[in-house]
Amino acid sequence: MDNFLPITNGCAIPRKELPILEFPHFRDSLLASTAANGNIVQFFGYEENGTATLLAVIRKGYDLSAAQCAMPKEFPSLTAENWKFNLFEREIAEQFGIRPLHHPWFKPVRYHANWRGAPDVFGADYQTDIPGLYDYFRVEGEHIHEVAVGPVHAGIIEPGHFRFQCFGEKVLHLEIQLGYQHRGVERLLPTLPFKRLPIVVEGIAGDTTIGNSLCFAQAVESLSSLKVPDPARVVRTIALELERLACHVGDLGALSGDVAFNPPAAYYGRLRGEFLNLLVVLAGNRFGKGLVRPGGVTKIPTPDNVALLRDKIKEVRPEIIQVADLLFSAHSVQARFEGCGRVDRATAEAVGLVGVAGRASGLDYDAREFFPTEKYKMMSPCSYNRKRGGVYSRAWVRYEEICHSLNLAEDLLGTIPEGDLPFPDPNWRLAPDSFVVTVNEPWRGELSHCLLTDAQGKILRYKVKDPSFHNWTGLALALRNQEISDFPLNNKSFNLSYCGFDL
Amino acid sequence: MLKLIQTRLKQGYRTSAFPRKPINLHPSYRGRPEINRDCDPEVAARCAEACPQEAIDAEKRRIDLGRCVFCGLCQQLSEGRFIRFTTDFRLGVAERDQLLYQGSLPDLAAHSKQHFKKLFGRSLQLREVSAGGCNACEADTNVLNTPFFDLSRFGIQFVASPRHADGVFVTGPVPRNMKTALLDTYQAVPAPKVVIACGSCALSGGPFRGSDEIVPLETLLPVDLFIPGCPPHPLTILDALLKYFKG
Repeated sequence: MDNFLPITNGCAIPRKELPILEFPHFRDSLLASTAANGNIVQFFGYEENGTATLLAVIRKGYDLSAAQCAMPKEFPSLTAENWKFNLFEREIAEQFGIRPLHHPWFKPVRYHANWRGAPDVFGADYQTDIPGLYDYFRVEGEHIHEVAVGPVHAGIIEPGHFRFQCFGEKVLHLEIQLGYQHRGVERLLPTLPFKRLPIVVEGIAGDTTIGNSLCFAQAVESLSSLKVPDPARVVRTIALELERLACHVGDLGALSGDVAFNPPAAYYGRLRGEFLNLLVVLAGNRFGKGLVRPGGVTKIPTPDNVALLRDKIKEVRPEIIQVADLLFSAHSVQARFEGCGRVDRATAEAVGLVGVAGRASGLDYDAREFFPTEKYKMMSPCSYNRKRGGVYSRAWVRYEEICHSLNLAEDLLGTIPEGDLPFPDPNWRLAPDSFVVTVNEPWRGELSHCLLTDAQGKILRYKVKDPSFHNWTGLALALRNQEISDFPLNNKSFNLSYCGFDL
Repeated sequence: MLKLIQTRLKQGYRTSAFPRKPINLHPSYRGRPEINRDCDPEVAARCAEACPQEAIDAEKRRIDLGRCVFCGLCQQLSEGRFIRFTTDFRLGVAERDQLLYQGSLPDLAAHSKQHFKKLFGRSLQLREVSAGGCNACEADTNVLNTPFFDLSRFGIQFVASPRHADGVFVTGPVPRNMKTALLDTYQAVPAPKVVIACGSCALSGGPFRGSDEIVPLETLLPVDLFIPGCPPHPLTILDALLKYFKG
């Protein structure tokens, strides 16, 4: 990796500092690094004045590094040697019409024509607008049957297609085809006036509004040398934790509902709402929209509102603990959670799981600890006691993080000074010919945005990577040799984003 | 068992008395805006210029609530002198044009289709189609099933099959990749059927307007009920459903 440039989370650098490697070196370095506990943060293509380039950002331990290379027309697939590259490589192929040779499972990611008008590498003509119209992997045999679910699911859930190959109740293989939520976010962002960017970014994944807004704001702040006042950093950190609390609490309720244990489902369903209502106090919106902007936040809570937040957290904490006791000690819950949908540590490592799912399998990576932003430098990390990689662990990790986040939010609330801040100036400009990558840990796991600017300071490329981009494969693997009736439970235990993935 | 009873006692009864009793949201919440029609034209023009959704017509002193994402920037820029957001969450309308808002919204109950009230007023089953949204509208629709809102006490349910539904409830800007699935779902609903569009995306493309990858809902289906917001508050959705079908 010595030919990769060490970089810092959220620190913009001139693009000319990024090393440009020959493709063989680029490929070898990536493979060597990912084989030795390195993980992909970003790996994507961009085009400038007709020249296309590949750019990769790798994390290894506490270090980030980046390098690029000229985009070849076709190249020996990296996925063939390391599974972590699978979706990244297919995404590049889909966006730029280039072909990774000998890719073990080459198919569209989001189902759209490539951006360069090149011949389609998947052999699709996009006349039919159905991403799932594709030859799925099939298990053959007399007693084998296939179950197709989606894109429209039974509940109020985002669309996606799941194809199960079953032997009786047993799932031999699950294939997940997404793309139904593809709104063209990455193509749209560089074409828009800057005033529209915060709104689009908030719409990448509404349940991760604060996470995406933070990645965006930090990138812009670095590219335009905006100073963020400390109280704004405190508010942003609290908001990210409230978002985590709302989602984790809601997930525990939904998991309970999926094993037909209704009381915790009802209680946590309501308690989730308490946190969304706290986001209203902070942001004026239940999902925190309108709060985080480049340069800070739009509002610092008044002392009365800070007191309200603290009182509410004090009030709900014992309720959350009591309901958790009810949930985790119920035999019927244990019988369904325990041993269900295991992803062992080696598998988790091999596919590069992040976030809750990764930690539940024993991968102790939390971007808040490894690449701290905002006020996370002073945070004591969360500790985890269950790492067996099944539904139980994924639920328990959430509960541990809930307790940790409650402490964190309570501590931070004590540090908000009185007095308002000036409203962040929306008229920022970006440094030309620059590059920045931002990494944060919203509730699902590592989220990263990457911005490249051109000679005029316009956005040349806006790349978003949701944690779900790593973790959907984990869900497919968790289902192997499980009963198909356990799918909803497993799906909920991952609770991945469709819109964040589909962009 | 003891734990179950203990927790039940601690949790108590939590269902809201809405709509029998009014409900007050936190003053920070941004609901229906108030427009100062006598505002300095320069301030109004500045807000219109800065509006990320280009939802403000400064000359007419008008906001397109179908486009607005209630981000609050105009309130901040005008320091409340032009636009001020109130906590009023009642925003549903029966015609798209009624969202070209100059300070008042028509009474939804009076504008809804009377035959829908007769057909669905006592029992309404909806099939939700999530079509490219950010999952915020979906989440805040789902929340209507929690004990606080308890949607089913009004005879309204979200159902699994379009065959069991009286209409579709659409969220999201409708990506090209969801068009066929949305139309198929609509086709599968037996007539007469109602179409409800929920959230800024379904109403106008929302943040994603202008993207090549989306197909505006109004070009695909006849919408009967429009619910603005980004996302609409659960009470906005509940209020719109109750007024439109039972008002």
